Amino acid sequence: MLAYVVRRLLATIPIMALVAVFVFLLLHMSPGDPAVVIAGDFATAAQVEEIRTQLGLNDPLHVQFVKWTADLLRGDLGNSIYSGLPVSRLIGQRIEPTLMLTLTTMVIAITLAIPLGVIAAWKVGTWIDRAVMTVAVLGFSMPVFVLGYALILGGSVRLGWFPVQGYSSVFASVPGFLRHITLPALTLGLVYMALIARMTRATMLEVLNEDYVRTAYAKGLPTSKVLIKHALKNAMVPISTTIGLGLALLIGGVVVTESVFAIPGLGRLTVDAVLRTDYPVIQGVILVFSLTYVLLNLLIDLSYVLFDPRIRY
Amino acid sequence: MTRTKMGLRSLSGLATGLALAPVLAAGLMAQPAQAQDGSVLRIVPHADLRNIDPIWTTAYITRNHGYLVWDTLFALDENLTVQPQMAAGHEVSEDGLTYTIALREGLTFHDGSPVTAEDAVASLRRWGARDGMGQKLMSVTESMEAVDELSFTITLSEPYGLVLESLGKISSNVPFIMPARLAETSPSEQISEVIGSGPFRFVEAEWQPGNLVVYERFEDYVPRDEPASYAAGGKQANVDRVEWRYIPDAATATQALLAGEVDLYEQPAVDLLPMIEADPSITVETVDPLGTQGVVRFNFLHPPFDNKYARQAVMHAVSQTDYMFSIMGNPEYFEEFCGAYFMCGGPFETDVGSEALREQNLERARELLEQSGYDGREVVILDPTDVPVAHGQALVTAQALREIGMNVRLAAMDWATMTSRRASREAPDDGGWNIFPTWWLAVDQLNPITNISVAASGDTAWFGWPDNPRIEELRDAFARETDQDAQRAIVVELQEELYDFVPYIPTGQYYQPTAWRSNVSNVLVAPVPFFWNIEVD
Repeated sequence: MLAYVVRRLLATIPIMALVAVFVFLLLHMSPGDPAVVIAGDFATAAQVEEIRTQLGLNDPLHVQFVKWTADLLRGDLGNSIYSGLPVSRLIGQRIEPTLMLTLTTMVIAITLAIPLGVIAAWKVGTWIDRAVMTVAVLGFSMPVFVLGYALILGGSVRLGWFPVQGYSSVFASVPGFLRHITLPALTLGLVYMALIARMTRATMLEVLNEDYVRTAYAKGLPTSKVLIKHALKNAMVPISTTIGLGLALLIGGVVVTESVFAIPGLGRLTVDAVLRTDYPVIQGVILVFSLTYVLLNLLIDLSYVLFDPRIRY
Repeated sequence: MTRTKMGLRSLSGLATGLALAPVLAAGLMAQPAQAQDGSVLRIVPHADLRNIDPIWTTAYITRNHGYLVWDTLFALDENLTVQPQMAAGHEVSEDGLTYTIALREGLTFHDGSPVTAEDAVASLRRWGARDGMGQKLMSVTESMEAVDELSFTITLSEPYGLVLESLGKISSNVPFIMPARLAETSPSEQISEVIGSGPFRFVEAEWQPGNLVVYERFEDYVPRDEPASYAAGGKQANVDRVEWRYIPDAATATQALLAGEVDLYEQPAVDLLPMIEADPSITVETVDPLGTQGVVRFNFLHPPFDNKYARQAVMHAVSQTDYMFSIMGNPEYFEEFCGAYFMCGGPFETDVGSEALREQNLERARELLEQSGYDGREVVILDPTDVPVAHGQALVTAQALREIGMNVRLAAMDWATMTSRRASREAPDDGGWNIFPTWWLAVDQLNPITNISVAASGDTAWFGWPDNPRIEELRDAFARETDQDAQRAIVVELQEELYDFVPYIPTGQYYQPTAWRSNVSNVLVAPVPFFWNIEVD
């Protein structure tokens, strides 16, 4: 197991290197010149050149890449072209809202989706199954921003229960945090929930037809025990995979959700940086997202051991 | 069977309970949103503060930030007259070539150091290297020297009529006075610290680009005794703390204002205004009495708009009303027609020569297009779809051009890409362009020197690079002239030339409303959003 973990961790190095090369090239080959944006309307061509030189944008691409990589290996993600602030500080300011939004979303989505998927499979063909699947299809089809605005209208404007926007740190006030995070987490959670619920139902349907499930019923075990202990546990491997893959979806959704609810997280940092071609910030954020995604997938792979004793690393 | 039901119940109960726990807890703990503190002014600014140096960038948001933190030697009042601000006064030598400016006593920077003449000289040098009007002033400045701790001289090589107007320039780049150690930074580099002598202090530790900017009252600020008037007069900081909370989504920002989560929304989206206006606890007013000018700019380097008949054809083909409806929607917020290149309501307003723009005439437009020798080639209009003001103008222009038989391609892109592409001098097919839409605050367009879109100095002119020696002669004559009546006469002549040459099409004058809650009072009427004077209950 340890050897496997080490092997997988080592494999992240070439993956991250590839991500770094890809992101760097993609950004520098796409249109947009930050020096022109910074220089403004009154600047002469010479002034734009001066700014470009000062920012190092006139250096050949490979020189810029080597410099950026060397800084990266020293743990320095560089400074924002615009604000001049270290990218690590900008990311540091934004990690908590995004992390807490993602975690809360996952808690809401998983705790709703798995039981719903199990129930739908168990009651397959009945109105319960159809109702669960209708909710799942709706959830999967509804754009995040539409649901976000609908929840703002209902939860904030009409009922006045929740703030319209912003974020309150969990470390500053737990009630404040809960009030701010609920609507965004519900918004983002519905899509994620729909995905997991559908996968849970499909996998459970397969498992429920297995001989050992019939045997379990024959032994006289209660339905809840058969469903949870025997069937669900065996269905968890593909469900875990879906949870992991769905994280990519979640990261995309975070960008929109953070914009709708004005949450100062990494998603909004990414959008803002892309809109103004702030190369160091975009590169830094994408590296952080990629690393998180790779590590989470490793964790998901490791979790298979818990559900299937046949799997050994 | 009973056990089965219990199983189902416990399963769904567990799910519902776990999922709704945060929701229920939040509901129980929910409280109506309230202002945190009476002395905090919470503002949704029109943009995110990306840069902190108002000399390094021309961005309006950085200019507004600059006004909170720094002060100016002179400032424009509501009569568009330049008044002393940090300056105690000034003297001009008999030959009009030497200006001696004395600073007020007792002014200090936020780091506790006194404001000196050396600081003023260093700040003006940096500004003069960067700003268009500053560059013009520096081109006739022989020397600039500190005489003593609190006074300095500017010696000119020839008479210049806009010395005080330059030093009291109200919009980007504003000649803010910084400590000399910061002002000595290269104009192409950003300053490393935000230290000014203005009424508020920038709280760097709380700055979160893309989210929050915080300013605290500077206790040692010495306001003037006169009442506040535009950028001039006493800048009374009546709140302890100003917070800029950037909310990029207009619908969310509107709801935040309605819910009382913010106090003032600088530029609410026009289509959401009815929702705001319906709330009796919110005031919606146009605080900028001068407004904004829409601009459609031509590229003079490439056909067909290297020919003045083609540009005149477009002038005849378009209608300001169409443009204004595309930008503002509501006629309450725009002029029915404004033919003044230097703005209606400004000191140099005139409608001479504007007949072609006033009356849309497609027949005449087609004749002019034919006269220009237009060969049916594709015309590339840059279309920044993420900025409604620019996007609307691009669409209206495209439609008008198609109606007179031009072959139009709308190149959709985001604003940042457009700002890069408009700097390209390549042919439109090779990544260049023919037309791009933009806008300028009226306060930037009030005279032939600050209105850089009329400059026609070829290679060194603004994007589009028009070349017209007569226009440049008239602009120089305007700058040298010290008598305002004579300046007006020059503007009349200049505008006639502009309508013949068509450096750009003024697509109309519109007014952006601002909204604030009833706990906010004393909002200053001014073309720049100033946050002194304001009180919050």
